[in-house]
Parts: sequence; C-alpha cells; structure tokens
Amino acid sequence: MALSADEMKVLELLYEDARVTPETAAVMLGMEEEAVRAAIGKLEREKVIVGYPALVNWDKTPIEKVKAVIEVKVTPQRDMGFDAIAARIYRFDEVTEVYLMSGAYDLMLEVQADSLRTLANFVAQKLATIDSVLSTATHFVLKKYKVDGVILEEERKDSRLAVSP
Amino acid sequence: MNYEGIVNRTVTQIPPSGIRKFFDIVSTMKDAISLGVGEPDFVTPWNICESAIYSIEQGQTHYTSNWGTPELREEISRYMDARYGLAYNPKDEIIVTVGASEGIDLALRALVEPGDEVLVPEPSYVSYMPCVRLAGGVAVGVPCRAENGFRLTPEQVLAAITPRTKAIILPYPNNPTGGIMERQDLERLADVLRGTNIMVISDEIYAELTYGDRRHVSFAAIEGMFERTITLNGFSKSFAMTGWRMGFACAPAPVAKLMCKIHQFTMLCAPVQGQAAALEALRSGRENGYASVKAMRDTYDRRRRIMLDGFGRMGLDCFEPLGAFYVFPCIASTGMTSDAFCEGLLREQKVAAVPGTAFGASGEGFIRCSYATSTEKIIEALRRIECFVIAHKGA
Repeated sequence: MALSADEMKVLELLYEDARVTPETAAVMLGMEEEAVRAAIGKLEREKVIVGYPALVNWDKTPIEKVKAVIEVKVTPQRDMGFDAIAARIYRFDEVTEVYLMSGAYDLMLEVQADSLRTLANFVAQKLATIDSVLSTATHFVLKKYKVDGVILEEERKDSRLAVSP
Repeated sequence: MNYEGIVNRTVTQIPPSGIRKFFDIVSTMKDAISLGVGEPDFVTPWNICESAIYSIEQGQTHYTSNWGTPELREEISRYMDARYGLAYNPKDEIIVTVGASEGIDLALRALVEPGDEVLVPEPSYVSYMPCVRLAGGVAVGVPCRAENGFRLTPEQVLAAITPRTKAIILPYPNNPTGGIMERQDLERLADVLRGTNIMVISDEIYAELTYGDRRHVSFAAIEGMFERTITLNGFSKSFAMTGWRMGFACAPAPVAKLMCKIHQFTMLCAPVQGQAAALEALRSGRENGYASVKAMRDTYDRRRRIMLDGFGRMGLDCFEPLGAFYVFPCIASTGMTSDAFCEGLLREQKVAAVPGTAFGASGEGFIRCSYATSTEKIIEALRRIECFVIAHKGA
C-alpha cells in the first residue's frame, strides 16, 4: 500500500490515540484539517485502519473474561494452503486473533469468552472436531501485564521537580 | 559565628534563582499543572536503564579513567561525527562529564582569568552567569530579541567585544526561548570571530531536539571554528536521562587536557553506571537510527504545535520555537510583568510557568512554558491560561 508521508503521520498519531479529532490532529501535525480528513478517509477506505476499539482492561470490570492461547496443528489443503482452515476458525466469535506460525504448530489462536465453560465448549465442540484440525493445546491466560504496547497496571507518577530551570 | 565576613563574597553576591518562589508555591498545590519543568517527561528507555542494572550485576563499581571509559569516548566520537560532522579524538578531545552542567564549569574555569569577560546571550539558561562569576570572570549579558528569533547576531557580538573578551557562550537550541541558530547564522558569527582569540563555548544539550526539516548545526563544524570551540552536549535531553547526570565536553586537545585536569581534581570521573547507560544509549541509537530519540522528538513536535496554536488563539504574540521543548510567548499586551503574570496564573488558575526574567533581564515580558508534559495537560493548561488572559484583559 502506497501511503504518503502525511498519511503515515496521521496513521501514527491515530495509532497512539484514536480519539484525536481531525482539528487537533491538523494542529499537531502542521497539516490542513481537510488534508487530515482526506487521509483518514483513505486509511479507512483502504482498510489500513480497520476499527477504533478501546483497549480495555476487563479485569477492572464486573465482566469475567476468560482468555486462552491455543496452539493448533492442522492439515493444509491443496490449493488453499492454510487459508481455508484459518477462515473456518477465525469466523467464530470466541476467536480474537489468528496467526499462522513457523515451528512446532501451525496456527496460534487467541480466544476469549465470558466463562471457562464457554471456552472449554468451544475447544471441545467446535475447534477440535474440525476435520483438518489434528491437535490442540490450550493455555489459559492467568494475568495480563502488557497489551498492544500498553502496560496495564502500571501507574506512573510524575516524580519530576514541579519547576526546574 | 558571624559567617558574613568569612564566606566567599562572590558566592554570597550571586542572586538566588528566579524560579524558587514558584517552586515553593506549586509544591503546596494539589491539582496544579506545571509547565515549568525543564526536563523530559519521558522515562529513560528501558534498554538504557537495563544496561546500567547489568553493569551493577557485573560488579562494575570502580573508578573509570578521568576522561571516561574508552568505549564510551569511542562511541561519543562516532556519534559526534555521524550526527554533526565533527571529528573529535576519543583519546584526548572528549571528556565524559557529570551532566553538561559540569562541562560549562570546566570550560569556563579552563579559560577565564580574573577580570576576563564572557559574553552570555540572554535570555538563557540560569547557570552561565553564576559559573562565569565563580570562575572569576565578568559575565556580559547580550540581550537577544524576539524579532531576531532570539538569535545572537554578529552586530551584537561586535558591539559587545572588548580587549578583555575571552569567550562567548552559544546556547542553541536555546532554553528558554526555543530559538535556534542555523548554518548561515553561525557562518556570519564565525566571520566576526575569525582572526580573534575569542573562544566559543557551544552548549548543544538540546541538539537532538530541532523541528521541521532543520537539523542542528554545530558551531565547531563551521569552517575554521573547530579550533576555538568547546562543544558541550549530553544525554539528559536527547535520551531523557536528566537524573543520570551524564554529559560530555569536546574540545581541541590542548584545551581538553586543561579541562580534564580540573575534572580530575574535582570530580575524578563521571559515575560508572551512568557511563554504562550512556554507552548503551549511543550504541543502540547507532544501530536503530536513534529510534527512541525520533519518537520523543515527534511527540514534542506535536505538542509544540498545540502550544503555539493555543497562544496564537488567545492573542498572545509567540515566536515559533524551532528547538528544545519550550515556547516563550510574549505577555506584555496584558500589561503585567512576567513575574506578576506567572504568580497570578499560578494562584488563580493553578498553572505554573516560569517568568522570562528568571533567564535574564531581557526576558521581561515573556514567560517560558515547557511542553515536556502530556498533551492532555497541555490542552487543559492552555484553557486555563486563556481564562486568565481574558479575566485580566484591560485590567
């Protein structure tokens, strides 16, 4: 995808904080507001930016979220390679991320559900029963420390002198 | 005991820092926003911190060479060459100092004899004048003007030079104004100095923080100026390492040797852990294209634009700063002095800024606002400053 320097600047800014308004972004980047809007439009149209979800620490909510990483060995299919089986898997709502891996297994999934039972059912009833799936190894996440470059718990205090030369 | 007749009179005569009062007030306030901080809000990148921890684990707890570890000097030499086109010999032209602050002191003490004059552009960092006086010299302030972008002009230098002029401090990119000197400015200054014996102490601690397409130009890189320049730099601003107190001074060998003599007898060497951290800062920088420096500079640049835009909207004149991390708006149109403005702003709106007068008399009419603080805080601070300005309009 060919992106201009300005489009990259807009993208990097939104990656840090998706809530920045085009007006503020224009000031921050030294661009015209219209140019910022056009850049955002293009990034969205071209699916460079595919969504603006909030990064949530579910541990701080009443909602119980169970998360697991699943290593999956599969049989690739002629002409389709791993893509068809990956598509079959990533369409499930429980699956939040799917990666094709080098090494000891083929696909790595991140799955999330509201309860352990839902997740266990997903693995036992849905995932493991797919013909091309040879084996699964499920690892439950006990605690999240850092997600998408953001440290979750850390509260950094500004320990600088309030006024300094 | 009556100490008055005992202690050093030069020290007692140096006026106290102009920021102390604000520090005292803001320290007692709970929800004040400080734009008065003269250091990065970023924490030192972890790879740098980790290398210092590792050096402790490895038992590196001893003195180093007075000049600093050979590895670090070697790396500084490569850095100065790659970034600023300066060829300093790591053997006898580079001293690792305890912050660039120590470098200022070493440079002045190595040059100044009693009664020698040192030109200090104003407004500028608070240490130069006291250090000149402590070295026995006479500090001669040269007021720089907003309409010149707070540059030091050759005309001003010519007018200020006397037979006693020993050196000029060249503090660019500048704290507090954010002003820079570009190549053509430096060349014109060099024309004035060629053929004289005047030395230049170029404090380039903010060299990595210039904005737009401008890259910092070192004065020593101007033709013929290497021999008369002491270049001071360090890690505080570029790598967010203020508390580590790591700087370096570069000078032609005959001068560097004298500076190192003072350093040897007063400091011995810079802290070894800081040297390990500084080495990692430069090595990793060289390998990844100074990625952390660039990321910080990009963030500063965005905040810089927000601040400049904010002051423009509230109708305060503000020269566009192209370096460091300060804006220096003119508040003269409010009819208040810098000091009154800052004190009122702090008491009424709980925003701390530093009066321009803390950086020399020519800073009257200006305030220094640092954008080394989060964007949210900057936006809120600008809102409060605007309230303050509106409330006092025509008062």
